[in-house]
Amino acid sequence: MNHRRVVVTGLGIIAPNAHGIQDFEKALREGKSGIRFLPHLEKLKFGCRVGGIPDNLDQISEEYFPADILHVLNESMRYAGIAAIDAWTDAGMQIPLPDDDRVNWDSGAIVGTGIGGADTLGIIIPKVNEGRARRLGSAVVEQTMSSSVSARLSGLLALGNQVTTNSSACSTGTEAVIMGYERIREGKADKMLCGGAEGSSPYIWAGFDAMRVLNTGKNEVPEQASRPMSATAGGFIPGAGAGILLLESLDSAQQRGARIYGEILGGAVNSGGQRNGGSMSAPNGEGVQRCIRAALHHAGIGPGDVDVINGHLTATMADPLELANWAAALERTPVDLPYIHSTKSLVGHCLGAAGGIECVASLLEVHKGFIHGSINCEDLHEKILPYEKRVVHDTIEKDFNILIKASFGFGDVNSCVVFQKYEG
Amino acid sequence: MEEKVIFEKVLEILKPYVREAEDLKTATEETDILNDLKVNSSRLVDIILAIEDEFDIEVSDDEADEVQTIGDTVSLITGKI
Repeated sequence: MNHRRVVVTGLGIIAPNAHGIQDFEKALREGKSGIRFLPHLEKLKFGCRVGGIPDNLDQISEEYFPADILHVLNESMRYAGIAAIDAWTDAGMQIPLPDDDRVNWDSGAIVGTGIGGADTLGIIIPKVNEGRARRLGSAVVEQTMSSSVSARLSGLLALGNQVTTNSSACSTGTEAVIMGYERIREGKADKMLCGGAEGSSPYIWAGFDAMRVLNTGKNEVPEQASRPMSATAGGFIPGAGAGILLLESLDSAQQRGARIYGEILGGAVNSGGQRNGGSMSAPNGEGVQRCIRAALHHAGIGPGDVDVINGHLTATMADPLELANWAAALERTPVDLPYIHSTKSLVGHCLGAAGGIECVASLLEVHKGFIHGSINCEDLHEKILPYEKRVVHDTIEKDFNILIKASFGFGDVNSCVVFQKYEG
Repeated sequence: MEEKVIFEKVLEILKPYVREAEDLKTATEETDILNDLKVNSSRLVDIILAIEDEFDIEVSDDEADEVQTIGDTVSLITGKI
């Protein structure tokens, strides 16, 4: 089969530290944290009382959705819709009118979520338990079905190609990009909206708080709470939002003269099989390394070609292991590892949205030629100290060619994608 | 309660579900909820629930199935209060 080249022509983002590409780029460059103190978490007696929630969702939503649709969208569906509409229009595409019956059969969406409509489940469960199931109303199924974050996009944008939702925990958003890339590469679609969305419901975050994997030690200083690679990292900080990319065949992009953020050279997904240290909540290191190597192989590049790593890097005990896996997979020593940084230091861990948000950051960096700094890791973990000169603390203005982005998820699942600067 | 008052309350209940709020300004008893106001058919469930709450009545599934126009809705409510 003659595979097609795939590029990224649109970006959409609603993140804890910014909404919209311009503000997000500014926030990345300035190292702006989106982590805030959240009084409702204190009231609910969470250990971790900080998190990343995009600002002004209600106000933004009114600008994006007609009233008869808005009132049936829950939080994760709003994030997905806002980011998808932004990516679509950023790519120069028009929003179809509701009464326009034309369908775009060559465009689809793969937008994932880790947990989905837990805020709606929080309404359903008490009513059902009280014997009031008949009072639930008409929207709860469309809000809680796993595909809620992609299905609504079909109607908003008249998408007629595959519209589906993947779910692979924290690997979700990056996996969605790879799945969409493969679909276009094989000629099954011209354009795919790909990424992830996740709400901020306490019902989502509570399980992680119960697992003691959230940082409870920085509630008084929220902006310092998300500390990937730090010696004083105490767990991740939960976040919410959506990051969605419009992937397009190069032919289609060139035909319509679209602006190109970068090319997707290849990607890989796998699982460590929950063996050799891998489990439902930890990655098998060999699986991680195999995934990275497979992505390089698929992209047709060698380990020496990688300039920048946008890591998974959540601020747990897994960070030092992740750097060791990167070094092993890329056949590097700590002093010559590609530049490495963590977007989660700024926005927290947005779970199913994380990969999408971090892929948006990665494409901006590839396109504009900069590497944003990771905040809160001045005190590097002792096992990361040997990599000190490769960890980006302050934003670097630097033209580079290849950025590799990986995400690792509960269930011992991995995804890795290779982005290249597009030179025409 | 006067029918005119019920009519106005029904319009208020319908407001979040109509495609164009402007269409309610010219609505009459003959206005068809699905076809003229372009309400998504699945939202009729929500409209009936809102009516039950507003007028403190119970509407059976069969009765709800008979509702097509704003006039039908007003008649249904009038017959129960």
